[in-house]
Amino acid sequence: MSANAIVVKDLVKTFGGKRTLFGGTSHAVHAVRGVSFDLKQNETLAIVGESGSGKSTIARMLVGLETPTSGTMEIGGEDAAALRAKGSRIFGRMVQYVFQDPVASLNPRKTINDILDIPLKLLREYPREKRQARKRELLDAVQMPADTLERYPHEFSGGQAQRIAIARALAAEAKIMVLDEPVSALDVSVQAQVLLLLDDLKREFDLSYLFISHDLAVVESVSDRVAVMYLGEMVELDTAAKLFHSPSHDYTRELIASAPRLESAAS
Amino acid sequence: MTEALATKPQVSTARLSSWALLLNNRLAAAGLVILGIICLLAILAPLLPIPNPNATNPPNRLQPVFSDGHWLGTDHLGRDILARLIWGTRVSIAVGLSATAIAALVGSLIGLVAGYARGRVDNLLMRGIDMLMAFPYILLALAIVAVLGPSLINALYAIAVVNIPFFARNVRGVTVGLANREFVDAARLSGKSHTAILFTEVLPNVAPVIVITMSTTVGWMILETAGLSFLGLGAQPPQADLGSMLGEGRRLLFNAPHVSIIPGLMIFALVMSINLLGDGVRDVLDPRLRAGDLTRPRSVTNIKRDTIPPKTMQSSDILVVDQLETSFQRGRATIPAVNKVSFSLKKGECMGLIGESGSGKSVTALSLLGLVASPPGVITHGGVYIDGEEVLSKTEHGLRALRGAKVAYVFQDPLTTLHPLFRVGDQIAEAILAHQPLSRDAAHSRAIELMEQVGIRDAKERVSAYPHEMSGGQRQRIGIAMALANDPDIIIADEPTTALDVTVQAKILDLLQDLRRERGLALLLITHDFGVVAQVCDKVAVMKDGEIVESGETKTLLKNPQHSYTKKLIACVPELGQGKAFLETVRPLFAEAKP
Repeated sequence: MSANAIVVKDLVKTFGGKRTLFGGTSHAVHAVRGVSFDLKQNETLAIVGESGSGKSTIARMLVGLETPTSGTMEIGGEDAAALRAKGSRIFGRMVQYVFQDPVASLNPRKTINDILDIPLKLLREYPREKRQARKRELLDAVQMPADTLERYPHEFSGGQAQRIAIARALAAEAKIMVLDEPVSALDVSVQAQVLLLLDDLKREFDLSYLFISHDLAVVESVSDRVAVMYLGEMVELDTAAKLFHSPSHDYTRELIASAPRLESAAS
Repeated sequence: MTEALATKPQVSTARLSSWALLLNNRLAAAGLVILGIICLLAILAPLLPIPNPNATNPPNRLQPVFSDGHWLGTDHLGRDILARLIWGTRVSIAVGLSATAIAALVGSLIGLVAGYARGRVDNLLMRGIDMLMAFPYILLALAIVAVLGPSLINALYAIAVVNIPFFARNVRGVTVGLANREFVDAARLSGKSHTAILFTEVLPNVAPVIVITMSTTVGWMILETAGLSFLGLGAQPPQADLGSMLGEGRRLLFNAPHVSIIPGLMIFALVMSINLLGDGVRDVLDPRLRAGDLTRPRSVTNIKRDTIPPKTMQSSDILVVDQLETSFQRGRATIPAVNKVSFSLKKGECMGLIGESGSGKSVTALSLLGLVASPPGVITHGGVYIDGEEVLSKTEHGLRALRGAKVAYVFQDPLTTLHPLFRVGDQIAEAILAHQPLSRDAAHSRAIELMEQVGIRDAKERVSAYPHEMSGGQRQRIGIAMALANDPDIIIADEPTTALDVTVQAKILDLLQDLRRERGLALLLITHDFGVVAQVCDKVAVMKDGEIVESGETKTLLKNPQHSYTKKLIACVPELGQGKAFLETVRPLFAEAKP
């Protein structure tokens, strides 16, 4: 395995723009316009940007939910397209995804037991006893009580549901995690808890995170390097400390200036 | 966290079971009883002491009702009508149910596949369904029977085929919505195949829709079976079936009306009871109906206060909230969401009401003018004084005169609060006309003026834009313009910037701040974001579980919080410049909380 968990080169995604029945072309949306970056082993790379900047599209392409229009992605040293051709199961063992809205990402009609069982059975192919033991370990890792298993998703608060969603992503034992706004839907105190949990898990399981968020302060607290997206392009990529202290792009400066702060108490 | 787990069983006992809900609906219960009796009779037909339904006895023909040995008389061949009725009902119900089952199976399958696969498969399947729908259904059924030949089983096929589009369309609609949901993506990432996702993830969520469609179409199918039999295309003589009995009795309508009226009444009772029950089942299974969300809310929240506060109050404050308590009815229990909350607001002052989700801050804001949806909301205690007058004691009319005029609201997501089919200018004008006797033109030019005031460029052109043609920030500006339409004294802004990007948020907050200074507005800002409070509010109140735990000047409160909850909340807000040190500062806060 190479030192890079993810290498992305000239990634482009255009929605629409296809030929229609009558010869015209439909309206094309250039969601991602030629983005290149890499995620090192055991690193947290954050991608920040406002809505519509293409950050979620990158995440969805990396986990195989969208197909890139052009460009290459390498995941764990292997070409993503080749990896995908081998089947979704092999892909799922390399990289996992945590959704923004934890409650929406859990099927309302299944118990947590059923939800956690799927990746263990399909991706890891563990026998029944091993799966039961793993489920308990996973819940332990995300600090949820063992009786969680018999419950349904709607019985949990947002923070608890996000812990369960993280447990499901961990179940695949993938070393790379793509976190798409994992704390945006959560209250601040819950957000802090989930951030702590992610930090602990990273150390415990040797994970690499691609952390997508619109909240600069959250990003600064968790990431090693930060990339700024603006209208489908990556305008800046640097270490967190450098980017926040001396931003070089105008847009980054505007983002940092707009962030609300506690010390600016009303005049 | 443990708190939430502990309170759970309490709530579930307070919620009514599906069965109790169904029986609470009197019409549905009546339908269930009638249907039960009819089905019981039909099932027990071979055991009942009734004559052979097909045994003819011409000398005894056309006996009237209540004649000897024949309670319901006999038909033109002297056959006992009661026996034929019971056996005929048995056939009709069996055919109706089997046709429903076939239509549900095939239709749902088509709908599921079309809705999940989308693209070409969807087009092909649904255009096929469209072709089926393009024929008048009875004509199609007639054509099918004409090709296959008249018999009961062919009538069953015809009715099933004719009803497939109902299921396919309904199920496809729901599936399309579900196929884009995150849990389907999540299942795909967990390694599930498309077939597995369709049948184990999507189908359980579609099942209620299938059941609802079945319960509402089964009556219709029985009616159609009867229709085909009436035309002589279904049940063949001598077999009894409600439709064929009706058809045979038709010729004798004037001589012996009971021969056709009795099966007619049976069809009526059967279909009516099934439809009543079907509606009841739908109401129970539809989660929105069940939660009472679709029951029409009253225009003012129910007010059942234990003590009525004095009508007026001497105060220089423009808004005084005194010991306000708002509760929600859950099943048979009443749970307070806002628990004896008091605060006041001066002219030109901005107060932040901050708390986490479920702390009751939005309910507090809506209670001020009785806007909490009722049922389930009830205001159970306290008073709200605007300009020294108690508003909750006012009549419905009096309260409505205040809304939008003296007190205006700005909501979180302007996309959901603006009407998607009306131009934004017309919506602002409507807000003006609700309170001011202006001409349409005057209101329209006032709308443009307001749009300029909230910083929309090219207001003259944008006035005729639809909400979806504007960006989130612009839509929120329209929301603010509507709130300003009648020069209110108080604006209540419920998370006005939560749905917006940070750069846009900064601009909207600036706008609110400017408007407040220019017009001397009192602003009640509801938010979960301490950064926003710090930027615009003079004072702040922290809510937790329906109570205000701490309030004071923004600066002092943020610098020196007294209550442990406030301290924890403030510590949990990451700040730019803190970097990774943030995680280390919050770690001790949750260290003891770990199990």
